[in-house]
Order: sequence, then C-alpha cells, then structure tokens
Amino acid sequence: MNVKELIAKLDLKTLSEGDTDLPVTGCYCGDLLSWVMSRAQEGDAWLTVMGNINAIGVAALTEAACIILVDNAALDDDALKKAQENDITVLQSEADAFSLAVWINRLLNPEE
Amino acid sequence: MDPVKLHYDISGTDFTTAGEASGKIKKTLKSLGFSPAIIRNVTIAVYEAEINMVVHAGGGEIDAYVSPEKIEVVLVDHGPGIPDIGLAMQEGWSTAPENVRQLGFGAGMGLPNIKKYSDDLQIESEVGKGTTIRITVLNK
Ligand SMILES: Nc1ncnc2c1ncn2[C@@H]1O[C@H](COP(=O)(O)OP(=O)(O)O)[C@@H](O)[C@H]1O
Ligand SMILES: [Mg+2]
Repeated sequence: MNVKELIAKLDLKTLSEGDTDLPVTGCYCGDLLSWVMSRAQEGDAWLTVMGNINAIGVAALTEAACIILVDNAALDDDALKKAQENDITVLQSEADAFSLAVWINRLLNPEE
Repeated sequence: MDPVKLHYDISGTDFTTAGEASGKIKKTLKSLGFSPAIIRNVTIAVYEAEINMVVHAGGGEIDAYVSPEKIEVVLVDHGPGIPDIGLAMQEGWSTAPENVRQLGFGAGMGLPNIKKYSDDLQIESEVGKGTTIRITVLNK
C-alpha cells in the first residue's frame, strides 16, 4: 500500500502533498518528538497531534511515509511551508489515533 | 575516502530550524554510502544534541568528522552548563520549560538516547561557561 491508497482508504484530508507513491510499511503513534525520533521507522504512517514545524523535521529525519494529524489537530502555517519544501505528506483525520491505527493495521495485515 | 569535515552554526533563538544540521549530516552520510543502521544512529544522536543546544544553551557550533572508520560529532555551546551530569543522563530528567514541552520536546530522553545510539559519548560541562558534547559512532 502506498500513501495515495492510504489516503483513499481512510478518507484522509491532504494538507500537504509530498511523494504519495511512497510505500506505507508500518505505523507509529506519539507526540513526544524524542520518542518518535528514536522509534518511528522509515515507511511508517506517523499518527500525532503535533502539527508544528519540529514535527515536520522529525518526519523528514525518520523518513516516515506521512504524518496523519489525528482528532483534526491543526497544522501550523510555518509547518505547512516546511512540509511543502521538504516534500512531506501531511494528512488530517477527525478520527482518533486508536481508530486510525486499527484501520491501518487491517490494511497492512489483511490476513490477520 | 578522505575524511570529510562539516561545520554548522546553530541559532539559539530559532526553534524552527532545529534539526537542520542533523538533516544535512544525514544527507552527507547517505551520499557517502554508509549503512542505514549507522546513519540512523548518528541522526538520532546528533538530532538530540542539536535540540539540546537550541533549547537549553542558546545555540552553538557543530563539527562533524566523517571517516570510513567512524563518525565523530562535536557540539560546543556557551550556555548555562549542566550542574549534575549524572542526573541529566537519567531517563525522564528534564529542566525544559513549559513552552518547550508544548513543542514536543523536554521528555528527558535526549541524553539517554544519545548514549544508546552512539558508541561513545563524552560530556564536558562547566556551570556558567558551557557544554561540549562528543559523540562517536563506529562504522561497524
Ligand atoms: N547543552 C546543554 N546545556 C545545558 N543543559 C543541558 C544541555 N543538554 C542537556 N542539558 C540538561 O540536561 C537535561 C536532560 O537533557 P535531555 O536528556 O536531552 O532531556 P530534555 O532535553 O528533554 O530536557 C536537560 O533538561 C537540561 O537540564
Ligand atoms: Mg533534550
């Protein structure tokens, strides 16, 4: 599954469009940047409420496939600009992190 | 490969650029062909040290020395210094103010993460003078 398919399947709102052909291979939930920095893996969909510019930096460094702002959390203006400059896809959903993570797990592991 | 030297001046007032030096070091290591695991270790360690420099010390300078054997990164600041390094190394210990926590920093995991993801960490700090952090990651 790539980011484009994830957007369609979970009906996500696109706030910043980066490379949506990137494969989504996992999922990480967290808001403390140090935790995310050391635990998120390349290809993860990162579920968070942190819509600030530092979150974009962490997404770029960890090579997360995309950020999904849960509970309709907002993206700051300077964060949007940095996301566009760095080709980071930032999505938004009114669903909470738990629901989204469960759905993503079903998409990634349909046989379970 | 000849050793590669990189230098960055880090602003202490602009939180929005925090993480740029670690991003540039990461790009350089990628282009030099280091393994993803080594790159990940260096990136995490340098990111945390860079953030500390911005958040706790008002900025400073970063020098990175890259050779086929190892990556060494030295961060020098002239901030307040660390009174008790043993305490600062404990997971969860943080003096980060509320405005910094709201940005998602200040979990007290920075120094422990640097230790975990590097092969050697040296901290020299004098209260009122500043802090020098030396991070070494071996290319093994
Ligand atoms: N460069 C520095 N200058 C002054 N104090 C520092 C520096 N780096 C770390 N510290 C101190 O060590 C504590 C722990 O650092 P760290 O583990 O990175 O956690 P955090 O940055 O989340 O507070 C900080 O809260 C701060 O008091
Ligand atoms: Mg820190």
